[in-house]
Amino acid sequence: MVDNLAGTDIVNQMVNNLSPTLDRVFHALAHPARRRMLSHLRDGERNLTELAAPLRMSFPAASKHVRVLEQARLVRRRVVGRTHLCRIEGQPLAQANQWLENYRKVWEANFQRLDELLNELKAQEKRPRTSQGDRR
Amino acid sequence: MKHTLKVSTPTDREIVLTRVFDAPRPLVWSAMTKPELLKRWLFGPDGWTMTVCDDEVRVGGKFHYAWSGPGGEAMSLRGVYREVAPPERVVRTESFEFGCDTQAGEQLARLVLTEEADKTYLTLTVLYPSREARDGTLASGMEHGVGAGYDRLDAILAAME
Repeated sequence: MVDNLAGTDIVNQMVNNLSPTLDRVFHALAHPARRRMLSHLRDGERNLTELAAPLRMSFPAASKHVRVLEQARLVRRRVVGRTHLCRIEGQPLAQANQWLENYRKVWEANFQRLDELLNELKAQEKRPRTSQGDRR
Repeated sequence: MKHTLKVSTPTDREIVLTRVFDAPRPLVWSAMTKPELLKRWLFGPDGWTMTVCDDEVRVGGKFHYAWSGPGGEAMSLRGVYREVAPPERVVRTESFEFGCDTQAGEQLARLVLTEEADKTYLTLTVLYPSREARDGTLASGMEHGVGAGYDRLDAILAAME
């Protein structure tokens, strides 16, 4: 339903200014395996094998997902000997999250008004009938 | 008990909203489909009000909503119903207009209401014509921004699980 809630100028400006990074952030977040990886990385630096294991993924498959996360600058990888160590990077995620959060707030305000309306409708239904004509 | 709204982006072109309401499904359905009731809650950002609410909730029926902002800005939303199954499900096309600008391409909105123990669970999925259109919608909320930070990471990831 309604979800685009700002004026023309703002929307155009935002769309034109969409940083390629943010575009990649949303793309990176759109895959459940990559979200699991990020979730895992919140506990600290992990190597690729540790990231792949809970997902039952091969090393190359996991590496491919990490590359998508790297391109979105959500994860930084450093190679120590033969170990690929991955670390989460907060900035792009915080920005993407800010979009979601602001969007959520607009809808939340609507839904809180809807809560109040529903309470009113429920009260009307419970009200004992004195006569049919009194009910809305 | 206060219910929280979850917003997630499960794919590149979608936004999904989920929310619980402490009311039986027929009431939620009424509040979401009757113009006189819609006008009382579907506003937009602070300071905006709904000025037009024409709604023909039947397959092939059209709807037209319009809002006006605190500085006289105008915004409207139009579309056509594709599926209507009271009190459970509505699918409709949607297209925004801001002043004279029309959004490029329609989006498809699917509203599903399920009921359990006198509570109604709402899932609203909006499928955009492109990833850019979807991100543009999310970005439009930035105007009303408040700082959110790294500490929100848990919430965003939880919402996306």
